[in-house]
Amino acid sequence: MEITERSLSTLIHGMGFGALYLLACSGALVELYRRYSPAEANPLAPGDENFLKVYLVAMSVLAWLTVFTGAYIIYPWYRAAAPVGAVNLAAFPQRLLLSNAATSGWHSLGMEWKEHVAWLAPISITMAAAVVIRYGRNLRNHPQLRAAVLCFTLVSFLAAGIAGFFGAMLVKNAPVEGGRNLHLMHGE
Amino acid sequence: MKKLELSTSTVLPNGSGAAAILSAGIGAFMVGFLAVAADKSAFLKNLFIFYKPTGPLSGVTTSAILVWLIAWGILEGRWRNRTVALGRISAVALVLLGLSLLLTFPPVADFF
Repeated sequence: MEITERSLSTLIHGMGFGALYLLACSGALVELYRRYSPAEANPLAPGDENFLKVYLVAMSVLAWLTVFTGAYIIYPWYRAAAPVGAVNLAAFPQRLLLSNAATSGWHSLGMEWKEHVAWLAPISITMAAAVVIRYGRNLRNHPQLRAAVLCFTLVSFLAAGIAGFFGAMLVKNAPVEGGRNLHLMHGE
Repeated sequence: MKKLELSTSTVLPNGSGAAAILSAGIGAFMVGFLAVAADKSAFLKNLFIFYKPTGPLSGVTTSAILVWLIAWGILEGRWRNRTVALGRISAVALVLLGLSLLLTFPPVADFF
């Protein structure tokens, strides 16, 4: 069982950071909605509150790691220019997708959207983390602030979902391959 | 079990939160706006190549992040201890966020 270095990097970017961020979004939305509702009568324990702050900071770190690894490690491999006259485009995913009308949309719509919309996620969740750190339980006194933070968190979820969906489809149609082969285990 | 509840009687002014929300809206909008600008102008496309392997995306996103952080710093400095019209500010921020979603969508960007 082998995996190339570039495949492993793509896996860390998509599954390690991106998918984990998407999973974390639902928890953040539920907790932001539930804990800081003005109608919520239950007291907030400091430990509980600190947990959410750490959770949102961890989400911000994950979101930034996802976009930076995507833009500065994976994307250059994806958009690498093929030599003139190259017939085998397997090492040039963007060129491979654009070479066929049946797959070109995965680049012209999918990658073109994904590469930009993904950045809304770290901006939004960093803002949410900063507001929760600054206000904490005081958010119960600021329903408009809480509503705005929830909207931004929801959009960050949506943006990460769009990027994740197209990332998965791009890998399916034109995987980023190359680099050394890493042996994971020997077959029978 | 010892469960503590801290007092919520001290209401913090909303200015700091408003600064964070509006600047995030501005930053998000800049991602979409600069992406369209770089796509439509060859001059800007070249200008935004901060890191050649990544192409214009490097400059578009770095510039948007800088605008976001600078706007956040300025607004935080001005509103930190103030109570501001949060409803209106949130509405503007959410409109900017919505526009950013639209502008990053290639078929919409192609209208320009």
